[in-house]
Amino acid sequence: MTAILSMNRITKDFSGGVRALDGVSLEVERGQVHAICGENGAGKSTLMKVLSGVYPAGSYDGSITFEDHETAYRSINDSEHDGIVIIHQELALSPYLSIAENIFLGNEIATRGVVDWAKTNREATLLLARVGLDEQPSTRVLELGVGKQQLVEIAKALSKQVKLLILDEPTAALNDEDSAHLLDLIRSLRGQGITCIIISHKLKEIRNIADKVTIIRDGKTIETFAMAETDEIEARIIRAMVGRDLDSMFPPHTPEIGDELFRVENWTVHHPVDTTRKVVDNASFSVRAGEIVGFAGLMGAGRTELAMSIFGRSYGSHISGTAYKNGAEISVKTVSEAIGHGIAYATEDRKHFGLNLIGSIAVNISAAALAKISRFGIVDRFTENKVAEGYRGQMNIKTPNVSVLSGNLSGGNQQKVVLSKWMFSGPDILILDEPTRGIDVGAKYEIYGIINALASQGKAVVVISSELPELLGLSDRIYAISEGTITGEVNRADATQERLMHLMTAGKD
Amino acid sequence: MTTTTPERKLPKLQIDLRQYGILAALAVIVLLFQVLTDGRLLLPGNINNLIQQNAYVLILAVGMVIVIIAGHIDLSVGSVVAMVGAVSAISMTQWGLPWWAAVVLALVLGAAVGAWQGFWVAFVGIPAFIVTLAGMLLFRGLTLVFLTGGTINALPAEFNAIGGGWLPEAFGTIGEGRGDRDILTIILGILAAALLIGQQLRSRAKQRRLELPVEGSISFWAKNVIAAGAIIALTFQLSAYRGTPIILIILAVLILLFTFVLNQTVFGRHVYAIGGNLFAAQMSGVKTSWINFFVFVNMGVLAGLAGVVTTARAGGAVASAGQSFELDAIAAVFIGGAAVTGGVGTVIGAVIGALIMGVLNMGLSILSVDAAWQQAIKGLVLLLAVAFDVMSKRRAGRR
Repeated sequence: MTAILSMNRITKDFSGGVRALDGVSLEVERGQVHAICGENGAGKSTLMKVLSGVYPAGSYDGSITFEDHETAYRSINDSEHDGIVIIHQELALSPYLSIAENIFLGNEIATRGVVDWAKTNREATLLLARVGLDEQPSTRVLELGVGKQQLVEIAKALSKQVKLLILDEPTAALNDEDSAHLLDLIRSLRGQGITCIIISHKLKEIRNIADKVTIIRDGKTIETFAMAETDEIEARIIRAMVGRDLDSMFPPHTPEIGDELFRVENWTVHHPVDTTRKVVDNASFSVRAGEIVGFAGLMGAGRTELAMSIFGRSYGSHISGTAYKNGAEISVKTVSEAIGHGIAYATEDRKHFGLNLIGSIAVNISAAALAKISRFGIVDRFTENKVAEGYRGQMNIKTPNVSVLSGNLSGGNQQKVVLSKWMFSGPDILILDEPTRGIDVGAKYEIYGIINALASQGKAVVVISSELPELLGLSDRIYAISEGTITGEVNRADATQERLMHLMTAGKD
Repeated sequence: MTTTTPERKLPKLQIDLRQYGILAALAVIVLLFQVLTDGRLLLPGNINNLIQQNAYVLILAVGMVIVIIAGHIDLSVGSVVAMVGAVSAISMTQWGLPWWAAVVLALVLGAAVGAWQGFWVAFVGIPAFIVTLAGMLLFRGLTLVFLTGGTINALPAEFNAIGGGWLPEAFGTIGEGRGDRDILTIILGILAAALLIGQQLRSRAKQRRLELPVEGSISFWAKNVIAAGAIIALTFQLSAYRGTPIILIILAVLILLFTFVLNQTVFGRHVYAIGGNLFAAQMSGVKTSWINFFVFVNMGVLAGLAGVVTTARAGGAVASAGQSFELDAIAAVFIGGAAVTGGVGTVIGAVIGALIMGVLNMGLSILSVDAAWQQAIKGLVLLLAVAFDVMSKRRAGRR
């Protein structure tokens, strides 16, 4: 066996002293399927961006050898020229162009600038047959589902004489049937001598398709092993993915748990566009007063989709299921209804869904509860400022005053503004989605303290997080969610990272 | 902590600079033309004409700034002005409606037009650019149908006074001959200045009571004395012409009302929230469709009012009325510091923007600059104003 690719001691620093990759090495054998595993933020995507030239040569340390010569790619074009093609999780097709046009976009079959349509369509038909897609080359891409679009991406890669195909979470957005088809296709490409790197969270999938796997954690290579070496593949991957110490960075908290406050039963949500796909499948859970309940799940598992669909149907289609507050059924069909029932949802995506970045801190804090500070539709700006100043002190938002635009704040301070906004809405149930994403350690500690304080006030708190240590340090009880299904429920005393990771990757067989 | 010192004070300062920057530009332009025209620009008659000639832009700009803050645009207002003017003229001359009923009819018709366009934008989801482009053609066409190509004149004097009349000289005049001044106008000016200072003092007291930070006294008094002085000087000049234009009262009420609506009401908050971040607004429980709908209804009513004012000042309805009014209003709003992407803008800014355009027009006319050149100069001013805005934002972003 010969290596087609070897990456040696790759180190990549970002401005602000963040080290995303710390001496990662990766060796991929020709004609194999090589899986890369790791938690969110472990450095997988960064590594692939280094390989494909998105981060140009010189912006990282270490060396890359591909097909026996050292590479120095300055852009994606350079790496594609050598036959390295990366297919991202978010597909990059132009929806209004046809399949054939997309396949040859930027690489048109043309003489002196005039496209040869006959040849284009003939070539496209051949490529579509190779990937097993039964569509006309003239079909517009927007008429295709995600699974078929993925196949178009692969056909596009094949048209560029791909030697190394990199797939970033290729099945994350696919239904079971499409996933199975895609995995078959990857096997048949391997048969044709094309090497594949597949990044995936789905351990069963990796077991079924990969020859070797490399696990990355905190920007370092932990280990690489061949599937044939061991019987306990999944357990070994999980151990390598999580094996780190629980940070002792959680403020002390003694839970005082009361009666059940909020319960959701048989909650099912379909994808907003691809309505055949269930994003959340028959989920049921409950939260008690004073309890902090964690939701563990990998990216794309359906955690955010579950939360947003409960919060006034802000996500999804064909939503079914019932929500109960204090034992009585409640309707949460619109955001204002949900807020009216005392539900608050602090989004994982502060900049997109959470804040008006060109609005002041005060305006953002009052946005979800203007009625509280207004009479006859007239906002009392002085009271508003007073309220916002109160939160600035209480939450330790580090700015001189509350008329500062929220877009000028650091991530930690922005998160505190989002939390203040929902605290001011006077909720009984708080759903906090990735409350510490992109926040430095000190601010994290403060936010944990705030979450504990909310629970101590008798509120029901749901924390969604990708970081297992965070869930283990905060929660009284943890639900694990995988591929839209709640796969288990663990009490704080019984929870370990390994156990949760098992549940989080326990997909359908 | 990642909090840094630059984050502390700059944002506040930047906003103020942008607001005052536009005001400073207006002052410079006024001074420039005052010198170039040998002091003719600020003669009582010219100030009077400045107000009466530009009333329509000011009214439309007040509605347009709300539309633009919400992230939309309205291209139809010029056509709406023409159609409303035509219908109100017909209602008085052919249906025999009294003048006040014609005004009410005009406002209701404007609201109906706004509701029509708002429906397509807010509930069907068609971009406002398309909906109002269609409206521009549709309402201009209807105007031609109503007027069958002719014009309607001989409107009641009370109606015409709305656009071109003055308050009666209720308290007589002081001075003699050509130097006589209307006392009512002077009283109104002093009253307005007093109200301004009183209101500012009241809100300052409330800030103190709630222990919020207050502005330093020197800048507070400097600002208010200048503003009050400007009001009194303006009315003093006006009193030497024919008194207070009726339209000035209407404008003052509109500007105060909509400044209040945008700053102090839940509706105003929701408009800024939608323009600033639509998704965040939805996730905060804002009923975004209804807000968008009412933004257009409001624009329709104001376009109706502008139709009344334009028809009244011209003393009749013609099918070509209101041509390119939408562009004047949009230009005023952007010169006044509104953002093309929505979420940013003020009524005062739009008013200053409209005044800059008005003063340019008047100054260039007094200097007998060719109309073609006037238009070209106005285009450049718009471009430079927005370029200044974009560049100052970019500089702020880099920090």
